Amino acid sequence: MEDRVMLKGSVALAEGALAAGCRYYFGYPITPQNDIPEYLSMHMRDRGGVFIQAESEIASINMLLGAAAAGARTMTSSSGPGISLMQEGLSYMAGSELPCVVVNITRSGPGLGGISATQGDYNQATCGGGHGDYSLIVLAPSSVQEMYDLAIKAFELADKYRNPAMILGDAILGQMKEPVLLVEPKSLSYEKPWALTGAKGRKPQRVKSLYLQDGDMEVHNLKLAAKYRRLAEEDTMVEVDMDDGAEIAVVAFGSCARIVISAVDAAREEGMRVAYVRPITLFPFPSAAIRDVSSRVGKVLTVEMNTGQMVRDVRLAAAPGSEVHLLAKPGGALPTPQLILEEMKKLLRQGAESK
Amino acid sequence: MKQVFKRPETLIKTTNHFCPGCHHGTAHRLIAEAIDLFQISDSTVGVAGVGCGVFLYDYLALDVCEAPHGRAPAVATGLKRVHPENIVFTYQGDGDLAAIGMSEIIHTANRGENITVIFINNCVYGMTGGQMAPTTLSGQKTTTSPQGRDYAYDGYPIRMTEMLAALDGVAFAARVAVNKPATLNKAGQAVNKAFEMQINKMGLSFVEILSACPTNWGMTPSESLRRIEAEMIPFYPLGIFKEKK
Repeated sequence: MEDRVMLKGSVALAEGALAAGCRYYFGYPITPQNDIPEYLSMHMRDRGGVFIQAESEIASINMLLGAAAAGARTMTSSSGPGISLMQEGLSYMAGSELPCVVVNITRSGPGLGGISATQGDYNQATCGGGHGDYSLIVLAPSSVQEMYDLAIKAFELADKYRNPAMILGDAILGQMKEPVLLVEPKSLSYEKPWALTGAKGRKPQRVKSLYLQDGDMEVHNLKLAAKYRRLAEEDTMVEVDMDDGAEIAVVAFGSCARIVISAVDAAREEGMRVAYVRPITLFPFPSAAIRDVSSRVGKVLTVEMNTGQMVRDVRLAAAPGSEVHLLAKPGGALPTPQLILEEMKKLLRQGAESK
Repeated sequence: MKQVFKRPETLIKTTNHFCPGCHHGTAHRLIAEAIDLFQISDSTVGVAGVGCGVFLYDYLALDVCEAPHGRAPAVATGLKRVHPENIVFTYQGDGDLAAIGMSEIIHTANRGENITVIFINNCVYGMTGGQMAPTTLSGQKTTTSPQGRDYAYDGYPIRMTEMLAALDGVAFAARVAVNKPATLNKAGQAVNKAFEMQINKMGLSFVEILSACPTNWGMTPSESLRRIEAEMIPFYPLGIFKEKK
């Protein structure tokens, strides 16, 4: 399996899920992610799995809840409006410590919005999204290869931390084709002694998120918080590419980061020294990398396909004294490399003028 | 000496939290008896809906999963599809199943998921303190229908069993009561039949149990039993509405 194959992002993601041993998919149609259920409706049952088209996203996520409680690796995919409907179930799964993978191929919004690529669901994905004191594990692929690799990684992290994981993509990542190396995961073994399989040879067990006795909820919340701290320590992922003596860093994730790479390449051709930071995990956010880079470059430009959501995390992480700027392009319009390059030059000129 | 009555093995010996005259305890016992009868306690997984029945795991010695309000049939779908050899049942009240969970029960039934649904209809939201349910009867005073339910204003009660019996995926649909020995015996038979249907992979089996909620009805337990006979059964007729052969 070392040969590269040309795959669409949605298909690469579906193949990643299958490679990770996911055999239970539940979902409801919504544009622009229909390639995923359509592909899996064909291939899941061929590989001994279950594909169910649910009556709603509410039903989908609760089928995941049941399948996860039964000990299986399970996945759904949707887009903004559907992901909103899943928030109740995601909160219950986080509270019940159930692993699953939820793919959000975003739409622009709010409301019915549009189907073009945006990053307007960053806050919903990284700030919990549903009710209560919890977080999702959030992974942001930026290539078709990562649609495959991070699908596998999402299942591993979800199982490791017993928490739902979200893959935040968009229509660009879902629709484009690139060569992909289909590397099978080394191990598929994951012990789940807590799973509800019928109490044969053991005491009955329960999967629950209700804590009514005095103090129990606090203990549970603190346990979840400790888990998220460990997640941040052990599994934060970020790509940093910094020139010696870089004067400005550009931070972007997902498809937007690809456009930023073109701008960074153009800047380097013009002799600028720059840094490029791409968060791969959006939760946990790579705050340490942002702090380190910003302390050295002084100026940070965050580029997002929304009105400015990740920039808050960048500002919280940035080293004292560093400047954080925003280039925001919402509503399905794409920032061009030229636009980003001009913004970088403008910020550097401002710095030169003020000196 | 021959033992003629005992606590079912599946029913945990403990004090329950139910109010005096509440029928949840009786319904739990019927489920425990069925599980003992078929000797399936080590392969059964229960799904508890939100409401007074959520503490199912405190009373039945089984693996139990909590479901969000109304979503138990979807959760049960996931559990059953992963382990089709297991017996999976949901335990849901009327607010849970007939209001917020209407979509999940209809579509799970329509898919013919091979699960069992035990539906407790007591015409009221119990755990939240006695609000009007989709099943609340005409004139019934609740905390959100203080003048009494008015069909012209609030709409009509829903007969779930009749509705589900019309779906092809449903193998068994029955409405029973537990207000007196004669109805209780039939209720036990219906719950047994429902689990037997699942064991035989016949499709979704559904048992609606007309139940008393004396606390939220503002009645004594004995008045509540009389209300079931006088008001509930005339509106919600007992019987087997569907039985696939």
